[in-house]
Amino acid sequence: MNTILKKSSSFFDVYERRPGSDKLTTTYCPGCGHGVLHKLIAEALDDFGVREKTIFISPVGCSVFAYYYFHTGNVQVAHGRAPAAATGIKRAHPGSIVISYQGDGDLAAIGTAEIIHAANRGEGITVFFVNNAVYGMTGGQMAPTTLIGQKTMTTPRGRSVENDGYPIRMSEIIATLDAPVFVERVMIGDTKSTMHTRQTVRKALKLQIEKNGFSFIEVLAACPSQLKMTPSRSKLWVKEVLEKRFPLGVCKDISGEFEGRKFTRKDVKNDELHDILDLETAQVDLEKISRFQDKPINEEIKVAGFGGQGVLSLGTVLSEMGMRHNYEVSWLPSYGPEMRGGTANCSVKISKKKIGSPLVANPTILIAMNRPSLDKFENDVVSGGLIIYDDSLIDRKPVRDDVDIIPIPATKLADELGNTKAANMVIVGALITVKEIMSQQIILDSLGDVLKRKNLVELNQKAILRGAEYIKNLKK
Amino acid sequence: MAKQFLKGNEAVVKGAILAGCRAYYGYPITPASEIAHAAAMYMPLAGGTFVQAESEVAAINMVYGASAAGERVMTASSGPGISLKQEGVSYCAGAELPCVIVDIVRGGPGLGNIAPEQSDYNQVVKGGGHGNYKVLVLAPNSVQEMCDFGMLAFDLADKYRNPVYVLTDGFIGQMMEPVEFPEPVTTIPEKTWAVKGTDETTNNFITSIDLDPDDLERHNQKLQQKYAIIEEQEQRAEEYRTDDAEIVLIGYGIISRIIQTVVDELRDKGVKAGMLRPITLFPFPKKALEKLTKTTQFFLTVEMSNGQLVDDVRLLVEGRKPVHLYTRMGGNVPSTKEIHDEVMKLMRLS
Repeated sequence: MNTILKKSSSFFDVYERRPGSDKLTTTYCPGCGHGVLHKLIAEALDDFGVREKTIFISPVGCSVFAYYYFHTGNVQVAHGRAPAAATGIKRAHPGSIVISYQGDGDLAAIGTAEIIHAANRGEGITVFFVNNAVYGMTGGQMAPTTLIGQKTMTTPRGRSVENDGYPIRMSEIIATLDAPVFVERVMIGDTKSTMHTRQTVRKALKLQIEKNGFSFIEVLAACPSQLKMTPSRSKLWVKEVLEKRFPLGVCKDISGEFEGRKFTRKDVKNDELHDILDLETAQVDLEKISRFQDKPINEEIKVAGFGGQGVLSLGTVLSEMGMRHNYEVSWLPSYGPEMRGGTANCSVKISKKKIGSPLVANPTILIAMNRPSLDKFENDVVSGGLIIYDDSLIDRKPVRDDVDIIPIPATKLADELGNTKAANMVIVGALITVKEIMSQQIILDSLGDVLKRKNLVELNQKAILRGAEYIKNLKK
Repeated sequence: MAKQFLKGNEAVVKGAILAGCRAYYGYPITPASEIAHAAAMYMPLAGGTFVQAESEVAAINMVYGASAAGERVMTASSGPGISLKQEGVSYCAGAELPCVIVDIVRGGPGLGNIAPEQSDYNQVVKGGGHGNYKVLVLAPNSVQEMCDFGMLAFDLADKYRNPVYVLTDGFIGQMMEPVEFPEPVTTIPEKTWAVKGTDETTNNFITSIDLDPDDLERHNQKLQQKYAIIEEQEQRAEEYRTDDAEIVLIGYGIISRIIQTVVDELRDKGVKAGMLRPITLFPFPKKALEKLTKTTQFFLTVEMSNGQLVDDVRLLVEGRKPVHLYTRMGGNVPSTKEIHDEVMKLMRLS
């Protein structure tokens, strides 16, 4: 036995980050479990040769200053949020070793959501959860793991079931989830239990190093200061009292069959982004649109109908085609619950001038696809404006006599083409024939670029032609 | 001119990815959800990661972690979600972690509604969370700017190691307009301070705790010096027909577009009106406002909030010229006519 015992090289030799003159000892009280657990973790990092790859997350609580001691990358985080921050860190550096270290208030009270969901996603991190049944740094208040009857600053008569509920068993809860690979509750107490904890710490870290598996290690430990006991008495309390409520042992272990977490990040080159991000743009062919260049176009269009009638896409097609004619265009939907069931509408502006507000309050053109839309918007149309409405669905005529009114049985015409959903494009065909603000050929040619469902392009082209034909026949 | 017709909420994601952002952590909320949809679609394809977090709180702390790890990272939300994120933003500011947060403002307070408002001005521009900190705030008024500022925000965030907001309203997020895409960034500044799980970075630590009052005061002073530099160097504003303006209308986001139309209408009538549009809300464009304070007869601030922007205007004008306020709330957007009438009323009074 000539082993030279020395401090783990995963600790700093001198704790320079610690304020004050004492740079050699930790801030932990005699008998506190943190010091021992820190040591077990640090020695494992040494032995596995992963110190440089390790990022240690310090929580809020007594271990907030873990970065005084661990000579690894260190990130100190907000109360309860260590597993969330760990998620961001590990996904940035999937090859790093991320240790998320939390106490009972941090993990099992304010941070309950974060630990449950990080565990449920199976993030490739190792969680150490120190359960000493009391808030340490904050001043001895009740923890979610405080025992029934246990007196703390906020349970001065002892924790009562009626007022405070029961001590929460986190390991058992985590073990019910599918993604966690290894969940065990251990203890820092007598030599035997601490030596077992050492093995568990190593197993958990190894699981991350080799397979990026999520593990959760709950460590029962003593807080002699808040328990108001001597260090040796408090260790006994952990073993004889705390352990009764929180039985030691493996809650879940699928490390044998776990094949490893498949999370990788690939390096994508800039020249690949054009396709990946769908950055394809539309070119404007000035020659083809020359006859529209001198028109003082300033249309404010309201398109309205039932959800499912293609009201919003009627609007986007008009705007996108406007863009291809070098007009300034904007499209604004009525969004939110309004679009789920009931009526939908959108505002479209097509102009030679820069567009101010995208909202159309007083349309120059109203396209009404159903009766409620005509009822709602008829009076808003500007004098001298235009109302186009689907008279195969709307059973009344508009009453305004100061606007142009064009009825078109768009739905019926679309049905004749074989698909009711093409009614919106029948209207597009009609509108551009009435208003002559766009080239029918450009619209037909670029419809394939604009429509998301490519299998419907031909049908929609027919619908546009049908709408145009209908208007031409009306004019005759 | 090659353009794509695109929604504001998608444009900001495409801009962010072109800026080298490869991580998105967020929680869905109307009217910002399409940002999450686009990020879910594109981030993984671009070699990045997307997580629909369990909460707004978790999302901003994932951002904190990713930023600490040196990633260009973003999140997005709307009013109620931003309220929940504020603690995490304070931590980011305290630990000097760069990140980009998009706020597509909706009607409040409380659950309010999903129509556009500008009522997050105070909770974003004034810091919002606990502690003495500031965040840079960019206020786009078009889909093109959603894309452009989605890029610019990351440059500013890294340059100052500070959170940067892209703050706009439901209209700019929801509307579609043509966009020209900028070229992707070729280099991202090296972050030697970040924690990367490498040998060189084992001496790095990210924290916002400092128990010693003198040390924490020094840290705060350092932050204030940084904010002073930002105020000096990053003011951005757009002026429209202000050269000889006797009446200056002030507004940002969607309001600025409405005001611009009003200015044209007033000019057609012979009224010398102009517009000042703050593009950065912090830093507030003090220099531009100062210049106009000397020449204008009065200001009219138009906002979709209860006089939050006007406080900053009045603070800087210091009573030298009248500063009037026209406001709509609850998701109503003022029409050009309303603003036009308000100007005419004020002209009769003055």
